[in-house]
Amino acid sequence: MKIHEYQAKAILKKYGVAVPRGEMVENRDQAEAAAKSLFDSGASGVVVKAQIHAGGRGKGGGVKIAKSVEEAADLAAKMLGMTLITHQTGPEGRVVRRLLIEETLPIEKELYLGIVIDRAEAKPVFMASKAGGMEIEQVAEENPDAILKEYVTPGMGLEPFQARKLAFKLGLKPQQINQAVQFMTGLYKAFEDTDSSLMEINPFITCADGRLFALDAKMNFDDSALFRHPELKELRDVTEEDPLEVEASKYSLNYIKLDGNVGCMVNGAGLAMATMDIIKYAGGLPANFLDVGGGANVEQVTHAFEILLSDKNVKAVLINIFGGILRVDTLARGVVEAANKTQIQLPIVLRLEGTNVEQGREILKQSGLNFIVAETMKDAAEKVVAAAGS
Amino acid sequence: MSILVDKSTRVIVQGLTGREGTFHAKACAEYGTKIVGGVTPGKGGTTHEGFPVFNTVQEAVDKTGADASVIFVPPPFAADAIMEAADAEIELVICITEGIPVLDMVRAWEFLQTRRARLIGPNCPGIISPGKCKIGIMPGHIHREGPVGIVSRSGTLTYEAVHQLTTRGIGQSTAIGIGGDPIIGTNFLDALDLFNRDPQTEAVVMIGEIGGNAEETAAEFVKTRMKKPVVGFIAGQTAPPGRRMGHAGAIISGGHGTASEKIKAMQAAGIRVCKSPAEIGETVAAAMAAKVSA
Repeated sequence: MKIHEYQAKAILKKYGVAVPRGEMVENRDQAEAAAKSLFDSGASGVVVKAQIHAGGRGKGGGVKIAKSVEEAADLAAKMLGMTLITHQTGPEGRVVRRLLIEETLPIEKELYLGIVIDRAEAKPVFMASKAGGMEIEQVAEENPDAILKEYVTPGMGLEPFQARKLAFKLGLKPQQINQAVQFMTGLYKAFEDTDSSLMEINPFITCADGRLFALDAKMNFDDSALFRHPELKELRDVTEEDPLEVEASKYSLNYIKLDGNVGCMVNGAGLAMATMDIIKYAGGLPANFLDVGGGANVEQVTHAFEILLSDKNVKAVLINIFGGILRVDTLARGVVEAANKTQIQLPIVLRLEGTNVEQGREILKQSGLNFIVAETMKDAAEKVVAAAGS
Repeated sequence: MSILVDKSTRVIVQGLTGREGTFHAKACAEYGTKIVGGVTPGKGGTTHEGFPVFNTVQEAVDKTGADASVIFVPPPFAADAIMEAADAEIELVICITEGIPVLDMVRAWEFLQTRRARLIGPNCPGIISPGKCKIGIMPGHIHREGPVGIVSRSGTLTYEAVHQLTTRGIGQSTAIGIGGDPIIGTNFLDALDLFNRDPQTEAVVMIGEIGGNAEETAAEFVKTRMKKPVVGFIAGQTAPPGRRMGHAGAIISGGHGTASEKIKAMQAAGIRVCKSPAEIGETVAAAMAAKVSA
């Protein structure tokens, strides 16, 4: 699960990580009040930052500096409601609904800090780099040695000596080291306490007066661990997600919308990906990824159908089920019921295999509905691509 | 022969009395697997569907001589169940549970480094040596005993590959689902190494997917050490970057873990990579025919 910058900063602040003073606002009046309070307490400028779940906001016009309360309010008014397009949003962009109004700081250096799970080491890895403000992937590509790494032993946390090593290698001044240690150990503590899957402070800045700050903050949470963090679940902003994906998540369906016109419904993530692949191989383009899971019931199959069909690009549907525990006859009953209920008009190609496949095929035949039955995955892909006319 | 499990394997089920545990314990026993008992804390001393139930894994091991355990415990408690099994000196721990928090697995993985146990999974269908032993949720009847080893990150896609082989009359020595999570116990390299040393196995199918670099590491092993033909497939050739495709581990992040990178590394290692998932069966048949004529 992703959260906004202002939410991440609020969490980090509780862990002793220094963040600029600021406030989230949703309209011009709030922006004006927030800017006024910052200027009144000594800020020399404020920055107006669009809050969307995507990076590259600066280049897209989503981060602007104001030198007066009036200017901040005007910028905020302009930014709210605008569609922000960055390299991470896709061409459709995101509508800006919330802003963060923050004090500006006398930036001296821009550095990078990040924490992710290293799959090969099976441990969290704390990364630091002098190349702040850049995308870490690009740094990793061009100059992998520029990324400093410390692996963290679970349950023990980032030890102060590890933080010191990183701080000195980043070129921080001796009088900044203790501050950096507190900053970094706080970050790691926040990562572990919230079951984060990713945390990035980019940039992590040093100021002319010696202070250190998280100028930006990105946190993603492990979805599997949200059951023990009800307070973090509250931070979800569904307006940042695809409406069909939000709908699918209500019924425990794994759905991801794509750009093609062949809808697909599959059991199992690997088979679902392979089904997308074979559609492409047959000359078509998948409209979605959809894994109905191993224990799909009639209700879930019906909802899956409704979600597939709400995508207006879909011209034909491929159902590919390898029944293991999920019996093919159960699935077939669900499909027939769902097809009747949703009054589906589009061509449906079915490829069913596995437990009770004969009974399943018989149910389809007797339904009187016009299904196209395929024997193998290849056959199914070719038939559905032909039916979609792509 | 086969790898890791055979007719002598003695299995307990952690989470036996739950819905999933009950269903699959019965299915595995019907297949011929020696299910010797189960563990559900607080229900020790009772029997469930004819299986003795114990409060702790240690007690189950002491009373039944179990050397393998299969875990159907819900996600919040599954990492703890893995550690309990390893601590009781179970040799093979198979965790079916999907959705274990990653940091729980980090802790369990660290713990496993100090014990002898081998973990398969989590978030996997389990392991089967056809005709001998099935520990997991895969449909037993689609399998057939034979010479091909299978190792895969996916469940149903493995069934698809098995089905393609069986319908061609090609049987399997052992099929292992290693799981779709970012942190897993047994990886491709471990499984390939075991198949390489197994006299029954003549060829291996490895089914990977986007995310991580386990396939690349395995390809390096195939290049330098593997003595048997390997056929491969990578799911997610059309997956968009940055999106988690169902499995927690199936995500292209920061431009890495793409299908094309993996396919390239595998081909460079001499693995016969199928472009289409429908070609797995025929590619294995061709690889085995080439081996016979060589």
